[in-house]
Amino acid sequence: MGVRLGIETMAARGVGALSRVAGRGGGTTLPGKLLWKLDPGSVDALGARLQQGSALVSATNGKTTTTAMAARILGANTRLAWNQSGANLLSGIASELVSARRAELGLFEVDEGALPEATARLNPRVVALSNLFRDQLDRYGELELVAERWREAIGALPDETTLVVNADDPVVASLADARPHTLRFGLDDPRHARPALQHAADSKYCIRCGTPYEYAAAYVGHLGDYRCPACEHARPSLDIAAREIELRGLVASRFRIDAPAGAVDVELALPGLYNVYNATAAASLSLALGASLSDVQAGLEAFSAAFGRFERIPTGGKTVVVLLVKNPAGANEVLRTLETGVPPVLVLALNDAIADGQDVSWIWDVDFEPILEHVGRVVVSGERAAELGLRLLYGGLPDERLEVEPSLERALDRGLALVDVGTELVVLPTYTAMLALREILSTRGLVRPYWEGERR
Amino acid sequence: MRIVVGHLYPGYLNIYADRGNIAVLDQRAALRGHELDVRSLGIGDPVDPDAYDLLYVGGGQDREQALVAPDLAGKSEPIQAAHASGVALLAVCGGYQLLGRGYGGRDGSFMPGVGLFPHETVAGVTRMIGDVLLECELDPGEKHQLAGFENHAGRTLLDPGAAPLGRVMFGFGNDGESGLEGCRLGRAIGTYLHGPLLPRNPWLADWLLAQALAHASGTDPQPLEPLPNTLEAEAFRIAAGRARKRGGRR
Repeated sequence: MGVRLGIETMAARGVGALSRVAGRGGGTTLPGKLLWKLDPGSVDALGARLQQGSALVSATNGKTTTTAMAARILGANTRLAWNQSGANLLSGIASELVSARRAELGLFEVDEGALPEATARLNPRVVALSNLFRDQLDRYGELELVAERWREAIGALPDETTLVVNADDPVVASLADARPHTLRFGLDDPRHARPALQHAADSKYCIRCGTPYEYAAAYVGHLGDYRCPACEHARPSLDIAAREIELRGLVASRFRIDAPAGAVDVELALPGLYNVYNATAAASLSLALGASLSDVQAGLEAFSAAFGRFERIPTGGKTVVVLLVKNPAGANEVLRTLETGVPPVLVLALNDAIADGQDVSWIWDVDFEPILEHVGRVVVSGERAAELGLRLLYGGLPDERLEVEPSLERALDRGLALVDVGTELVVLPTYTAMLALREILSTRGLVRPYWEGERR
Repeated sequence: MRIVVGHLYPGYLNIYADRGNIAVLDQRAALRGHELDVRSLGIGDPVDPDAYDLLYVGGGQDREQALVAPDLAGKSEPIQAAHASGVALLAVCGGYQLLGRGYGGRDGSFMPGVGLFPHETVAGVTRMIGDVLLECELDPGEKHQLAGFENHAGRTLLDPGAAPLGRVMFGFGNDGESGLEGCRLGRAIGTYLHGPLLPRNPWLADWLLAQALAHASGTDPQPLEPLPNTLEAEAFRIAAGRARKRGGRR
């Protein structure tokens, strides 16, 4: 390390410690922001020091969970630099590079918009790309724009870089077309297919000729086994596939991962088909980095949940179940896990800060309708609670089953008062509402602040 | 009474939660004892100018918009005939652009539109994104505010003398300069505002329903029975506050 880099990283570490002492939060991006400002090239230099190089994960949905799963698998044998708190811009990666002094391998989730810069600076060994859904159009722009920037970034990578792609997403899968080292993953269990494409399905027209795809099975949004009836563009064959999938409501799932080297059965303590995608992505990424199938199995089975994505928090004989929602595709999958056993009471919280998306129109693309018939009471909360209330009323929720309570703390307490002792209260917040709820629960001593989460 | 709605390209143009606008029209019609009969019109489907009381065109991502544009331009004649016979129309974002004379790309290309609204759109370099608040006067002496969200790269230039939907109080509007937003031509409304537009602006939903009912019954538009709109007013208040605070910032 050069003298200058040494001084800069020392200064940055000092700022991180200060920020934690001052109670300003985890200091997760502050030191990185400082370093990033002082010398952006330091990210390249710090990244180059990692003996085993770096692996990057990006997607609209599931990147935090996928990265955390891969960290469980790989962390058993390797010291990681991993941006666990979800700070996924270059400044967050810089922070992690500064603080993880002894790391051998960099494992980073990367914001979709930041991927080109991250691939250019870190020269990754493996890049795993999972899906592209419409998300925060006010912030990211249209899906095709993100895809175009990814295409350029991937095109600029050296041949040695292995590209791990979700074959079930036509746009993402096509990024691997001209690459020499690829691993294509996907789901293969048509019993779990949706009867039809969801309302908010995105890339549903053939990327080559524009004809609507025909799906042998559509699993999550537009992800699935697609074929164009006009030009025959179809899902490529899978190198890694999840098969024999069993979903157990809000509790868990079970599936088999078939890989070139063999197969393993996995019991995952997370609900939903979307988490089977995340696990398959994490398995593929880990295998590409040299992990064994038994590492994959052990890591996935030991995995609980990534920060704020899915948490069970006991409080006064009841349990608060928090499931993050942030865009139509993700919210639809979370709601789908509730369909088999609709909870009597739901708390939904919608904020509209930059991290949530200032444009709240996406809530109208979420398929709330299947649960509205069966839910007993919905408390809507957050800064745009009224908007969410209108969404549900115009979606058919009877007036008397809706309560509007913009204050998150009061909405949480109201929800808890409505459920019986020994049962669960399901809360679906957007990102900043989730942070605020955790803060409330952490003030009450019920959850640890996220920067004190388990480190490995 | 039955109100027949022709929803153009719902599979392609649905990016800004356009189904919310349809849901609001449906429920507010039902609460007044009317039935909304929504029929999809896709690529290749002929438009019968006498079959509908209201036409709806939503917004799409660039790729989807380009896929439907030639087909929509081919439906120009029946759409203009329907409008001339008093059919109401709401077009949002991409649909608003495509119902004008056309869209000029930065590469010099020109994508012809329906030619109903007296405007042309040219591609801009930066996107105009944010909350918007408008003041509208669709009927003389009846001023209303409209709160929505805009996200567009196109600059839409109204012909001299063409009527906007409203004047921009906060936000960018058609082109970020004229202070005008949208276009109003008889019973047709075009706008960049989504959010979706109608849930928090129930007066406009009712205005459109009144126009559609007038066409269905062959009478002049009649005022609709008022509804409480309590939550609608609250959602409007917060959205209007957002526009005051952060609309029109680049």
